Amino acid sequence: MAVDSSRSLAKAADAQGARGRGRRTGDTGKTPGRLRRSLSTHWYAWAMVAPVVAVIGVIIGYPLVRGLYLSTTDANEANVERTIGMNHIPATYQSVGLDNYTAVLQDGVFWDRLTWTIIWTVSCVAISFALGLVLANMLNRKLAGRSLYRMALILPWAVPAFVSVFTWRLLFNEKNGILNKILAGGGIDAIPWLNDPTWAKLSVITVNVWLGVPFMLVAMLGGLQSIPGELYEAAEMDGANAWQRFRHITLPGLRTVSSTVILISGIWTFNMFPVIFLLTRGGPGDATEILVTYAYRLSFVVSPRDFAGSAAWGVIILLLLSLFAVVYRRALRKQGEVW
Amino acid sequence: MTTMTNPGTQSKTPSPSRPKKVRERGERGPLASVALHVGLLIASATAILPPLWLLITSFKPTSEAFSTDLVKDFTFRNYDHVVNDTEFLSWLGNSLLVVGLTTVIGVFISATTGYAVSRFKFPGMRPLMWLLLITQMFPVAVLIVPLYNLLATLGLLNQPIGLVVTYLTIAVPFCAWMMKGYFDTIPVEIDEAGRVDGLNPFGTFWRLIVPLAKPGLAVTGFYSFITGWAEVAYASAFMTGEENLTLAGGLQTFVNQYTSDWGSLTASAVIVAVPAAVIFGFVQRHLVSGLTAGATKS
Repeated sequence: MAVDSSRSLAKAADAQGARGRGRRTGDTGKTPGRLRRSLSTHWYAWAMVAPVVAVIGVIIGYPLVRGLYLSTTDANEANVERTIGMNHIPATYQSVGLDNYTAVLQDGVFWDRLTWTIIWTVSCVAISFALGLVLANMLNRKLAGRSLYRMALILPWAVPAFVSVFTWRLLFNEKNGILNKILAGGGIDAIPWLNDPTWAKLSVITVNVWLGVPFMLVAMLGGLQSIPGELYEAAEMDGANAWQRFRHITLPGLRTVSSTVILISGIWTFNMFPVIFLLTRGGPGDATEILVTYAYRLSFVVSPRDFAGSAAWGVIILLLLSLFAVVYRRALRKQGEVW
Repeated sequence: MTTMTNPGTQSKTPSPSRPKKVRERGERGPLASVALHVGLLIASATAILPPLWLLITSFKPTSEAFSTDLVKDFTFRNYDHVVNDTEFLSWLGNSLLVVGLTTVIGVFISATTGYAVSRFKFPGMRPLMWLLLITQMFPVAVLIVPLYNLLATLGLLNQPIGLVVTYLTIAVPFCAWMMKGYFDTIPVEIDEAGRVDGLNPFGTFWRLIVPLAKPGLAVTGFYSFITGWAEVAYASAFMTGEENLTLAGGLQTFVNQYTSDWGSLTASAVIVAVPAAVIFGFVQRHLVSGLTAGATKS
């Protein structure tokens, strides 16, 4: 790879590098004034991060502040600022304090959705992580057709998620879908994949696991390849059997990768909008509605659109996620994880 | 599943009574090989079948969309219909424009940010890292309404550029983290050599580091591409009017509570999936290295 080929160049430049460092620090010492000095030292670093900070500031910072504000009002479709034809109607919503939050938290709907969202997140992440780990271990050895298997297993990742979701809807179709036809061939009654609350839940989890395994597989393969083979040789010399080698070399070796991957995919799954929105639209009823899709429904589907309520849901979701991230990082730190 | 891996590795231990049949390290018995291949075949079949079924269905006439026959009345009529009689081409154009801009801009600014975070210690670096990490978990729901209002005020609703900026906020934080991880693997001595030879920091970045970071950039570009190509929530909310939709929004119009034109849906889905899969094929070599560099170093 590119990095390897550059090693020799880097070594040749090593001696010169030291001199270069010395000269730079000399320069900054002469400039008077703390601000000017730090500006002259760091201006290029700041220039390099400026676009990202600007984009994030405008597109996330402003809407976030505004969302926080909206969540303390009674804004809905009927009272926000809007223009109908030539007439400009000013906003008439008022501040209601924390009423939206108390309303949400006292509402049974929120707790139902939260329970289902947690079941959904945990089962999706756990199943796809386990499958990814098993498949990565199966692939990480000498094997005929290894790259073919790899290509096949990564395919669900290569197809855009919304295309896959439509495909699954085709397969799940209750009257005519191929899955039910296969079952009928075996003499089993048609299963209402997307129309029965329990089956719909199983179906969305299945589809999301199908979509999520390739990411886990690729990450785990990378992790496995970074474990030095000598460890396994040494363990074999000491008489460790396959399970012991897996338990005491492979799993600890994958710790860093898996903790990151679980955190990331946990957050992704928690916020997984397209799968549920396109597969079931949250239905039947609101059986498969997770927090994110429910908040979307509040502000874009129901009538009148409840902007304030949706914003309150959004803020609560954000708080939950932050809590999850903090707790998760604490737990990792306790186990001596570095980051 | 774990049971399948066990026989393979258990049989490695040579039995002392028959020294001739000692297997080398990493070899397995025939039974274990069969188990391994069967397991992988089942998994591969599960992965391949849905897209394959999509492909097959797209060649069937709409009336036969649900027939279980593999090839019956093979036809290109769905493709013909989608390309000529629907707004599909303008959706494709919209998507290409939005996704292209997102990818180019996204890769560039996440690379500069990743480089700055990886190489320089500057005031505001730690808050920036936190910002990037936290932005990744921002739910669509908390931002979508204010963002909708913001874009409406700026007159950017139904404009590709509005979606581009929105997608940047989804793609860039993760990409910047990945690029930082990748730049961390490139020796600092290269920068210093460039500095000594008279390049300023931007020159070092552009002429030395970017060429070395191509695998990382490929992964980042791929991620931005997929993010934009497959995004549904913002696209459904911000783009209205049939000729303004992107692919994700447009395809929804084929199958909804009023119509179910599976023929058109499958044909256009195939057209959508092919470029994504091709690009994926190009970068997947780098995917492992790029991802794990990002994942392990973060």
